[in-house]
Amino acid sequence: MSEINSHIPEGELAQKWTKYRSSVPLVNPANKRSLEIIVIGSGLAGASAAASLAEMGYKVKCFCFQDSPRRAHSIAAQGGINAAKNYQNDGDSVYRLFYDTIKGGDYRSREANVYRLAEVSANIIDQCVAQGVPLAREYGGLLDNRSFGGVQVQRTFYAAGQTGQQLLLGAYSALERQIGMGKVEMYARHEMLDVVVIDGKARGIIARNLITGELERYFGHAVLLCSGGYGNVFYLSTNAMGSNVTAAWKAHKKGAFFGNPCYTQIHPTCIPVSGDHQSKLTLMSESLRNDGRIWVPKQKNDPRKPTDIPEEERDYYLERRYPAFGNLVPRDVASRAAKERCDAGYGVGASKLAVYLDFTANTERYGRIEATKQGNHNPDKETCMRLGREVIKEKYGNLFDMYKQITGEDPYETPMRIYPAVHYTMGGLWVDYNLMTTVPGLYALGEANFSDHGANRLGASALMQGLADGYFVIPYTIGAYLSKEISTKPIPTSHPAFEEAENNVRNTIKKLFEIKGTKSVDHFHKALGKIMWDKCGMARNAQGLQEAIQEIRALREEFWKDVRVTGDANEFNPELEKAGRVADFLELGELMCIDALHRNESCGGHFREEYQTEEGEALRDDEHFSYVAAWEYQPGTSFTLHKEDLNFENIKVAQRSYK
Amino acid sequence: MSTGNMNLTLKVWRQKNSKDQGRLVDYKVSDISPDMSFLEMFDVLNEQLISKGEEPIVFDHDCREGICGMCSMFINGRPHGPKQGITTCQLHMRSFKDGDTIVVEPWRAQAFPVIKDLSVDRSSFDRIIAAGGFISVNTGSAQDANNIPIPKQDADAAFEAAACIGCGACVATCKNASAMLFVSAKISQLAHLPQGQPERYRRVQSMVAQMDAEGFGNCTNTGACEAECPKGISLENIALMNRDYYSAKFLKEEEIH
Amino acid sequence: MSNSGKAFSSSIGKKLVMGITGLFLILYLIIHCFLNSLIFVNDGGLTFNEGAHFMATNWLIRAMEVVLFLGFIVHIVQSARLTIENRAARPVKYAYNDGNANSKWYSRSMGLLGTILLIFLIVHLSNFWVVSRFTGIPTTDANGHDDLYAVMKLTFQNVWIVILYVLAMVSLAYHLLHGFPSAFQTMGWNHKKYTPIIKKVGFWYSIIIPLIFALMPIAVYAGLI
Repeated sequence: MSEINSHIPEGELAQKWTKYRSSVPLVNPANKRSLEIIVIGSGLAGASAAASLAEMGYKVKCFCFQDSPRRAHSIAAQGGINAAKNYQNDGDSVYRLFYDTIKGGDYRSREANVYRLAEVSANIIDQCVAQGVPLAREYGGLLDNRSFGGVQVQRTFYAAGQTGQQLLLGAYSALERQIGMGKVEMYARHEMLDVVVIDGKARGIIARNLITGELERYFGHAVLLCSGGYGNVFYLSTNAMGSNVTAAWKAHKKGAFFGNPCYTQIHPTCIPVSGDHQSKLTLMSESLRNDGRIWVPKQKNDPRKPTDIPEEERDYYLERRYPAFGNLVPRDVASRAAKERCDAGYGVGASKLAVYLDFTANTERYGRIEATKQGNHNPDKETCMRLGREVIKEKYGNLFDMYKQITGEDPYETPMRIYPAVHYTMGGLWVDYNLMTTVPGLYALGEANFSDHGANRLGASALMQGLADGYFVIPYTIGAYLSKEISTKPIPTSHPAFEEAENNVRNTIKKLFEIKGTKSVDHFHKALGKIMWDKCGMARNAQGLQEAIQEIRALREEFWKDVRVTGDANEFNPELEKAGRVADFLELGELMCIDALHRNESCGGHFREEYQTEEGEALRDDEHFSYVAAWEYQPGTSFTLHKEDLNFENIKVAQRSYK
Repeated sequence: MSTGNMNLTLKVWRQKNSKDQGRLVDYKVSDISPDMSFLEMFDVLNEQLISKGEEPIVFDHDCREGICGMCSMFINGRPHGPKQGITTCQLHMRSFKDGDTIVVEPWRAQAFPVIKDLSVDRSSFDRIIAAGGFISVNTGSAQDANNIPIPKQDADAAFEAAACIGCGACVATCKNASAMLFVSAKISQLAHLPQGQPERYRRVQSMVAQMDAEGFGNCTNTGACEAECPKGISLENIALMNRDYYSAKFLKEEEIH
Repeated sequence: MSNSGKAFSSSIGKKLVMGITGLFLILYLIIHCFLNSLIFVNDGGLTFNEGAHFMATNWLIRAMEVVLFLGFIVHIVQSARLTIENRAARPVKYAYNDGNANSKWYSRSMGLLGTILLIFLIVHLSNFWVVSRFTGIPTTDANGHDDLYAVMKLTFQNVWIVILYVLAMVSLAYHLLHGFPSAFQTMGWNHKKYTPIIKKVGFWYSIIIPLIFALMPIAVYAGLI
């Protein structure tokens, strides 16, 4: 029996959501007008939730730290969004998407949530198309699909390599429409710095106006955290520079449990690090694996140029190890395989921490098809490559340009060099079926919650989840809570709880300025990132994690003694913003290591070196670890574990195989 | 800490806040690697300033991969620097030479007031979108996505216009600080799609009215916006907007403003 | 104010006014240029004076003259307004702006080129139009028409006038190089197939018309006519 109640509705899996949605209490339109909802973050989850809730009649306030809601990092998602539409007639269904997601997550996610996600996936595509999102189409005018890792159907909808951008701009325009109508009040360049809890319920926030530095109080009958993931705890990641855990972490400190913090996704196809100056890593979309073959030389430290290495001296290790899925294995598997090869000494490039992603074979294949179309049935290699390059350019042009821009190398001529990098965090605030955290009235949506991806997220599922939560889940499930709040009058922000929360924030800021140390915020962030990457990254072991915990504690102590925050509290001060965020990362990092250390198994993105099969695959321990680890914060930065057991009634739990 | 060998002189606009006058200040940076991005070079400079106890330079940036549209530096007289088709964060130091002097200013326009140093307020863009840059469809009321086939060329044209990242380089470079490329991109995206038709003429009028109210200048067709747009948004969009605007004002009976 | 009335005061409306008057003036230049080139007919100005006589006496042309003046005035006043507004749209200038990197200098200097043209226009009108309409042309030619040809020959004996005219025609060429395609863009006539043609036609128009005009004072001064 679980210690915490996830409020999963009774009944058959396929009926749960339909039945629940039809029976969840409603709030009548007149009452909606007097209920206020605060939304933190304006990415896919935040913007879609804020817009949908405002359309329903609630009074919404939406906050983002960027200068416009359109900048949220959802915008950088490249590859696509999954939906069980079966437009390709390849046997896709809600159940298959559900199954793939559970399996892809290495059986560490909640059946009912994932099924609901698969069910609403189709509505998302409908909604986005209706909003004018220009998804890719075929000549017949119908929507096009492509395939992504870990699945054998084509269910991924896309808009060139800018799917996240287009979906976000769709949600953003829906949000702006509500702003224009006065139904959403938008607070850009505002950062949430605390949740206000009154009588056990979330009732508002303290936000800092980033321009003036003023601390402001806002009341809400409910607070929705749509603040994204915490990959930036690693310093280097594919996240935006501003992506942070602060909103979620403040909520955690106010009583919201943190679920599965150690589950981080390391994306296999990123541009490798080029030097110490590096501030962030850039992803090369997973969709490239559709047409790129990954290899390393068979000879260690091979000094030859990749194009000079003959076919038989190349090790296409993914195709060798996983013949069924080949280059399209899930991300965790592909990343670990790359690390394995590099650790064994087969890495390429100056740092030897990279593998090749080679488009030659498919360029030639496409070229041959094009030549045939043009009536040339016996094209030479040159012609094939020339024509094939055009096809590749059409499909991935923007990514190739991006690669060239960053590395100075032309990927049309020489294989790309790629290496895994931190990309997404499956862990996040623990939420029940309603997306409510353990603090009543406090919700978490999108990447900020832990819910749907288990221990590993499949490609093109993050966009799906963010929009599912915002457009199709929260508008219903919030009724279960707000229907009981209709008689709650807005609480004046002079209430002592607001007073106290604001004072705490003010004191923390004051403390940061008073340190007047010698080292910059970035110095600590980089140091933390290195600990996390080395010891809580792609592969972890008990000893390393124990060391990491000690090192992080020491670093945190040093931070609070020796950080230098320049400028003033009452002005636009990005250094202060960073300092607050890094302070939170320094606590979160410890919890991630604690979680990773306690989970004595390997699953998905969490790979413990002690727990692997003879072939080096992740070895789960379903008997002891088939649960969600939900951590409760205790004053003085310690954490208590609560478990939510995972029951698989509709799926046979098996060792994940992509062979 | 850096590994390169470039030494540069920077002339950077420093302005304490929106009321301050502001001025160009000279800085020297050394040992810059050609593999660094322009913003990473600024990170190095800021680290230098912090270690000297000075206030680092404030600049907007977020995704650092050319898609969020937040970075916005006017580098050597051009928005996003000397190369075409990229944002400031995608500009690498290999585009400069050892010993170069680089002038860095914020976007300048009445409608983009400077907040601090190189950071400006672009909320006018949001207000223009709020005035009509959307299709009025509530969540949950959509039909099946494949019910309306859209010719590929229309979908592609809509996508090309929709690729705008809202960075404001068009305004920054336009001699008149006009926002027509930005506004027309959204109008054109939705005008190319069947879903956008019901509100097509309403949209163009309300968005243009908001654009004018924000204090942007008038387009004189110099084409600088198109040349500097990091996403290659075409001037054809402006022509389409003009056409739609005339149709709305002179051919339609509906009064909007 | 009505919907369409207000349209002209919007940013796009103001552009439209510039575009329409611009196109109108472009058309006018063709007629003007054609009639003036009659001086190259080697008959001592008889054909030229014939043409001038027709222009001066035909009632339709006289009515169009009013429209033409209005066109000029609206084009000039509107551009002055736009210039003032556009300056206000960027109250703080860039310390360094590399305009040549992304646009043509003449596209950015339409105001300057236009001002030169305005000065020219005043001189030009006082040279010929004021003379023929108000102060009167003293002589007549063999056909009994006012001898505007003689007036012209006399005027272009002054080297400064010739220089001014040639300079003005250089300005006109650049003004047209931008203005011609720009007017089409403003009207919304941008089309993947036809815009390249418009640009070509615009280019040659902008070279040929001012060139013909410039050849007149030069030819007269050089004694070729």
